[in-house]
Amino acid sequence: MTRTADAIVIGGGLHGCSTALHLALRGLTPVVIEKDYAGRHASGVNAGGVRQLARNLAEVPLAVASMELWDRIEDLVGDDCGFDSHGQVLVAESEEELARLAARVDDLRLRGFTHEELIDRAELKRLLPAVADYCPGGVVSRRDGAADPFRTTQAFRRQAIARGATVVEGVRVIGLVRRGATWQVATDHGAYEAPVVVNAAGAWAARIAAMVGEAVPLEVIAPMLMITARLPRFIDPVVILRGRKLSFKQLANGTVVIGGGHLAKPYPDENATVLDWGKLATSARTVWELFPVMRETTIVRAWAGIEARMPDEIPVIGRSAVADGLFHQFGFSAHGFQLGPGVGSLMADLIVTGATNLPIEPFRVDRFAGRA
Amino acid sequence: MSDPNEHHSGAPSASSAGEGARIQGEYDVVIVGAGPAGLAAAAATASAKLSTLVLDENAGPGGQIYRAITTTPVQSRDVLGLDYWQGEDLVAQARASGATFVQGATVWSLDRDRQMAVSINGASRGLFARRAILATGALERPFPIPGWTLPGVMTAGAAQTVLKSSGLIPDGRVVLAGTGPLLWLIAAQILRAGGAIDAMLDTTPRGNFRRALVHLPGFVASPYFAKGRALQREVRSKVKIIDGVTALRAIGDDRLREVAVTRGGAEERMAADILLLHQGVAPNVNLAMAAGVAHRWDARQLCFVPVLDADGNSSVPGIAVAGDGAGIGGALAAAERGRLAGLAAVRALAADRAPGAAETDAARRALRRAERGRAFLDILFAPAASFRRPTGDTIVCRCEEVTAAQIAETMSLGVEGPNQLKAFRRCGMGPCQGRMCGLTVSELIAQARGVSPDAVGYYRVRPPVKPIPLKELADMPQTPAAVNAVVRG
Repeated sequence: MTRTADAIVIGGGLHGCSTALHLALRGLTPVVIEKDYAGRHASGVNAGGVRQLARNLAEVPLAVASMELWDRIEDLVGDDCGFDSHGQVLVAESEEELARLAARVDDLRLRGFTHEELIDRAELKRLLPAVADYCPGGVVSRRDGAADPFRTTQAFRRQAIARGATVVEGVRVIGLVRRGATWQVATDHGAYEAPVVVNAAGAWAARIAAMVGEAVPLEVIAPMLMITARLPRFIDPVVILRGRKLSFKQLANGTVVIGGGHLAKPYPDENATVLDWGKLATSARTVWELFPVMRETTIVRAWAGIEARMPDEIPVIGRSAVADGLFHQFGFSAHGFQLGPGVGSLMADLIVTGATNLPIEPFRVDRFAGRA
Repeated sequence: MSDPNEHHSGAPSASSAGEGARIQGEYDVVIVGAGPAGLAAAAATASAKLSTLVLDENAGPGGQIYRAITTTPVQSRDVLGLDYWQGEDLVAQARASGATFVQGATVWSLDRDRQMAVSINGASRGLFARRAILATGALERPFPIPGWTLPGVMTAGAAQTVLKSSGLIPDGRVVLAGTGPLLWLIAAQILRAGGAIDAMLDTTPRGNFRRALVHLPGFVASPYFAKGRALQREVRSKVKIIDGVTALRAIGDDRLREVAVTRGGAEERMAADILLLHQGVAPNVNLAMAAGVAHRWDARQLCFVPVLDADGNSSVPGIAVAGDGAGIGGALAAAERGRLAGLAAVRALAADRAPGAAETDAARRALRRAERGRAFLDILFAPAASFRRPTGDTIVCRCEEVTAAQIAETMSLGVEGPNQLKAFRRCGMGPCQGRMCGLTVSELIAQARGVSPDAVGYYRVRPPVKPIPLKELADMPQTPAAVNAVVRG
């Protein structure tokens, strides 16, 4: 028996669940089809950074719009998602780097964005007393922060269901065919159909696109994270570096999550990753230098989540270039978590009204034409 | 017996400075664990001239069963028993084989490409194994009763460890509680070493014996039969045994004061300073799971075991599991499984040097003999559901202090398995990496969902399988080439 829906969202990550929720809030009855369980991959196991700071210029309007939703996340999904907004700080490790950051902050202001603020050594020390003395300053985005990624994804999933969406887990999409104005979605547990399909399949999104003959140059990546034993509270904001790879935050329970984009080897067919301890050792050295307070701690666990990266490291958002009624929402390139609430909302606008007032032109899927 | 601090290549020795530097970046066979399985595997592979490295966490070889076999201060052979001293032969054979032994070596990562990371004397390094044989043994099954986290409550195995390695016996009013052959053995060892036991609380469910009866002939024919009876007689003659215990609580404020015992529906209390808990052992699966080895639920042993072929080969090519880590079989079976895994490694890497089929056949026959009686023991000593699946305020995850009631509550949020629970509650995410709650959590979720633990699965175990200092990681060799230090052959 074929089940029908107003829209079928392929992928139960944060983006898929968010789009489903926003579609449901606009009166549609979407179905999310997830091959594992919601939040099984990058959405559930990322560093949880809620960051407008240091984003690609094309993403800034989306990040700012998404931040509006983060600020009232509990009203939206009925759960605070563990979101705290102690700010995010980009630490400059040299005067040259600080000068480059100053130019970036000025440029953003000319474009009308004021969330990034240049800070000197004294303010850096006030915000991050534990940071090494050699750092001359940085940039802060004070409303930024961090949330619990799995809890957030589950909250969006639950709220989507409460608003009328259906989430089917452990079901894999194996075929996608357009018949007239209807998409026939074949799965390993029966068929679905709907006029609209959203491809939010993360690392597996290229396979979905390929079902309609659309090639996308997606790379499967697995950014690594590690977590320490509990430490006394020593830092509130999330810290990132740009010269070297590091993201760093202390959770409420005192443990510290260390990330920054060093990659494991992904095995997407087996939901498996193989960690690269050589690169994690590099992360450990960076932490050792930047935060002397961390030198006596232990690493308790390391892992990696599987996701998609595009060649230009910004996502694909918007209509398919080859098929009507197919929408893409993938390729967030290791920084899609903060965008989840906002992009779900814009996708729902795009699907329901045919337009969004956010600038999504830079995220067109056919921007890679001739490259792939 | 040699001095454990004496250092000579090719022989088990206690860790000493420079031990890590002595090992190379690549071996034909790396064996993790120097208990009976690891020792027998090493003897098999090194005798065939395969470069063989044995990495073992303890100060000396022997594993749990033969712990401190080369160093124990308990020199009266009666105390630890003849079975214990059999370990000497295994150590001697492994020593003679030419394998390199490194003690005090913690393997904290192994992946499907057989890259390993090991910590030795506070320094970590990577190495590559053409074949890895995991002989990581067993862990005591969690015994989550109210108050089990109080000081004064410990596992019986921990008390045995102290006895074997330091000759120390528990002091004060000592109560043992639980079920399983090891509980009786530990009781006997404590008594022989001059210790006193105030009471032994037997939690073996009354119906178990009847269910086990069908396997009685195999058990009677096994060496366990006579030994088990002698052991029970020895303990019963000196200790008050309270059987049919259906519930236990450890009570105290800042430490154990008394034990509440439920029997025949009535609860009574007894004063106690030390409560030693034990309800059997389960495979120590963390390293195998972190490497991606497929596991399944063993309904008779009530634990997860790796999926293996007759030689111990796992679902990950080049990784074998032997000994109690492959499923509980006891020391004799462990040695035979280790031998079989070692012989399989020789056939895979150096077929021309492999001994004839007779040797493998002999090991298989010896394994079958050693496994005789196991089914009876498994069923007779299967711990009661109420001692495996706690309720209410009883702590399940000690590291993150998550109670059974909290787990039940969290199930309603859409939890289907331990990994979602982990994400919601952090249980299993502390330093013990789920060793003390993994089985409990899988069983609780399975019960709530009305399915087998096989359908629920276990925590995804993440490396490092034991916590490592940040400093040690930061100091690891810098380039990927140096970390891996391998030329793939």
